[in-house]
Amino acid sequence: MSFRDVWRKSVNIVMFSLTGLATLFTVGVLFFILGYLIWYGGSSINWNFFTKLPAPVGESGGGMANAIVGSGKLLLLAAVIGVPTGLLGGIYLAEFGGQTFSFLVRYTADLLNGVPSIVMGIFAYAVVVLPMHHGSAFAGGLALAVMLVPIVLRATEQFMRAVPVSLREGALALGASKWKTVATVVVPAGFRGIATGILLSLARVAGETAPLLFTAGGNQFWARGWDQPIASLPVMIYTYALSAYEDWHRQAWAAGLVLLAFVLIVTTGSRIILSLGFQSSRSQ
Amino acid sequence: MDASSTPQAQPAARGEAAPAPGIPKLLARNVDFYYGAKKALHGVSLDVPANKITALIGPSGCGKSTFLRTLNRMYETVPHARAEGDVRLDGEDILTMDVTALRRRVGMAFQRPNPFPKSIFDNIAYGLRVNGMHGNLKEAVEASLRRAAVWDEVKDSLHKSAYALSGGQQQRLCIARALAVNPEVLLLDEPCSALDPIATAKIEELLFVLKDSCTIVIVTHNMQQAARVSDQTGFFLLGKLIEVNDTRTIFKKPARQETEDYITGRFG
Repeated sequence: MSFRDVWRKSVNIVMFSLTGLATLFTVGVLFFILGYLIWYGGSSINWNFFTKLPAPVGESGGGMANAIVGSGKLLLLAAVIGVPTGLLGGIYLAEFGGQTFSFLVRYTADLLNGVPSIVMGIFAYAVVVLPMHHGSAFAGGLALAVMLVPIVLRATEQFMRAVPVSLREGALALGASKWKTVATVVVPAGFRGIATGILLSLARVAGETAPLLFTAGGNQFWARGWDQPIASLPVMIYTYALSAYEDWHRQAWAAGLVLLAFVLIVTTGSRIILSLGFQSSRSQ
Repeated sequence: MDASSTPQAQPAARGEAAPAPGIPKLLARNVDFYYGAKKALHGVSLDVPANKITALIGPSGCGKSTFLRTLNRMYETVPHARAEGDVRLDGEDILTMDVTALRRRVGMAFQRPNPFPKSIFDNIAYGLRVNGMHGNLKEAVEASLRRAAVWDEVKDSLHKSAYALSGGQQQRLCIARALAVNPEVLLLDEPCSALDPIATAKIEELLFVLKDSCTIVIVTHNMQQAARVSDQTGFFLLGKLIEVNDTRTIFKKPARQETEDYITGRFG
């Protein structure tokens, strides 16, 4: 074997090892975090955690029921405001947008995506919290909704564009108008991808803490309606982790575990949905 | 023949009767077509007789598909594409008609089968629902599937996805879908090019039966298919309609040298 061959083989091995190690590191970090959470928080995951309100300081046996429900409420509000906006915007971009307008909207959406979440929080603070003189679920939901919109919009546009032109032509050739074609053929065809985009965006904003610090605030009790401060998992983690109480620390770990589990379930679920979709449309 | 001086045809009964004799079903006079600045069709003039099969042949890029798509204005999905000239369906100007009404009367099946990701039933019913034809959907769907000679193969699986069918079945499904709205004209853009010979033969058979109730225009790359199937053939080259005549005449005694060269395979 010449020097050339030896060199090539060595480079091969080195690169293979480097890329392999990098992958292992990435995957390893995830498992490390998961392991840590399970180890420290696993023991605090019990019925109380899911059903009881936080106990007074120093007492044990409290839970995070209000934070779990609070996160749910915030996500719901964010979804109700953010998903239709992103969805319809994405449909418009994919089907009706002109060159320049589409480019501008896409660019703006990407910029919005890149805005730090704490800035989103300040925005919602100025626009909703200040006039109301206190934090609220509405303010928190709004901040999360604004973060949701660009993700849903881009995902919708991407999956709408992925629908083949031949399907649109088939519908048009039958006498369907453009909007009917979009509504009855293109959107249903791209729906699986769009649904996964929506799910992933929800998973992403579920864990956002910074905006909620300014807006939803926190609440040791149940929040009624939408105009009161409301507890949420990320903010609880923040508050409890910084506290001096051992019991609260353990609960913060547990909350972290619950959040991560939520993200993992949603992410895995959406991948499954997406792969199912492709299978049924490729079996030709 | 001056199209503007001939009397208006009787409105054609659903998918059937020809207009009054003397007026072709579809009529094109001096059609020019542009993709932006590029001229793709030069002064094409053609009569498409009712209840006959007209084949359009020619080498790749000669404009035959472009011309076909002018007949139901499918080019409107392409930005900067425009058609000029006179194109008439039963004497009515196609280019100014309501486009969805036009496409209900002039149906199309495409080169690659393009069923919707819905069930077989919903695929066929789509055209009916979209055009507000809510009659007995089940009967209409069955009738179309029978017309396209695919009913026996799918009657027990109407609720299954159209994608579960073979390529040939999907193409017949697409033809059934186009037929469901009872078009007067059916445009076929190389419908068999993605199919095996057996599937191709099935589709050719069904065209013979269909022409009694429908006028058919078929673009084909396959000269033998044109010779087998059509009553009239038009030869396109570089955006011009070089010659159009009875199929037998075109293939036995073409009038133009270019036609003869193409048919005998001197170029392709």
